[in-house]
Amino acid sequence: MPWSIDQARQDPARRRLVAELLTQLADDDLIIGFRDQEWLGLAPHIEEDVAFGSIGQEEIGHAAHFYHLLEELGLGSADDLASLRPPQERRNSVLLEQPNGPGHYLEDPHFDWAWTIVRHYAHDVWEMTVLAGLEASALTPLADAARKILPEKRYHRAHQELWLKTMARHDDESRARLIRALLDLKEWWGDLAGFGDIAPELGRSHLLPSAAQLPDRFHREFRTFFAALEVDVPAAGDPRLNGRAGQHTEALTAALATLSEVYRLDPKAGW
Amino acid sequence: MTASEVEALLRDIHDPEIPAVSIVDLGMVGQVTCQDDRVSVSLIPTFVGCPAQRLIAGQVKRRLEQQYPDVRVEVEFSLSPAWTSSRITDAGRKALKDSGIAPPGRDLDDVACPYCGQRDTVMQNLFASTSCRSLYYCRSCRNPFEAFKPIA
Repeated sequence: MPWSIDQARQDPARRRLVAELLTQLADDDLIIGFRDQEWLGLAPHIEEDVAFGSIGQEEIGHAAHFYHLLEELGLGSADDLASLRPPQERRNSVLLEQPNGPGHYLEDPHFDWAWTIVRHYAHDVWEMTVLAGLEASALTPLADAARKILPEKRYHRAHQELWLKTMARHDDESRARLIRALLDLKEWWGDLAGFGDIAPELGRSHLLPSAAQLPDRFHREFRTFFAALEVDVPAAGDPRLNGRAGQHTEALTAALATLSEVYRLDPKAGW
Repeated sequence: MTASEVEALLRDIHDPEIPAVSIVDLGMVGQVTCQDDRVSVSLIPTFVGCPAQRLIAGQVKRRLEQQYPDVRVEVEFSLSPAWTSSRITDAGRKALKDSGIAPPGRDLDDVACPYCGQRDTVMQNLFASTSCRSLYYCRSCRNPFEAFKPIA
């Protein structure tokens, strides 16, 4: 039986599960979209500036859609959810909150393009794996969103794959940078392909029936892509910090302060 | 007030980023429901993150309120049915081409230059001035141009 948001709202256990999953999806997209936008004016060339600006805009647009579903679920206004929640209430993977590299986007940035693309690709593959699973969700508006967002994500993924292939094949330096970026994943990506505490319940629900298979599916796809480039992928160990449980680094606190600075000046202002 | 009358009015509304094509020809108008004192319009976004959505919804609301001052106007976005390239009408495809944007093909290689019609084109950037377009170059007439991204 398909459910509407109203039906999900009436049953407390179901409402909590839907809210947790939507928050993970929304928070992942919001923070990666923010990191994308920090590249504006700094990307490797002008066409890339346009491309990464668009990808970031779409990530934030997808986040906004998920926050609006949370609003319909009765969790507060979408804008407040995006801008006012403290770090411990955020459910994004700690991988996605890490800076783009040393420095600050306004001052002396020494951002790392290989790291940016590798990290973004991990996000793209995970989100697409989840969205593909959500096409079968009993929650109709979430299944609709998954079907609509997936074709858009394919373009993000194609963009990252083109860069990854280029880096793997261009010269020794680009390949070395790619390999180093993949090694850097090891420290942060333990919580990316997972749902935290809600995983067992999700698997039993009709919200995301394939939940238990998705982490393996993600790792297989990710590895297969890099195997074709003859590049090793580190194992994903247990997370040191689990963003799905609200554990985060200082990097998120700083990013949220910037992201919500204008909104906090006057949360009642009309936009 | 009938649904087809409302739809005719919406032919005046354009996506600000694609001024040549009405939202009707872009396939953005979904269900239109008319009752005695109420009209509701469901709009179908081309891209979920498209920042022009609110502006378009506002224009639709204002246009209908202007035409029917005694009627309550409701405008909402819906992802069901999902927007796909095939929702663009033939008139919409022609208007896109006439304004220098190649209409969406079957895939990213299926692109003819909107200026000279030749297919000797090369993609330069998957992303362009808006979410819904990519950047191409025509080797035949040597013009850069944008193409609407295919969404299946």
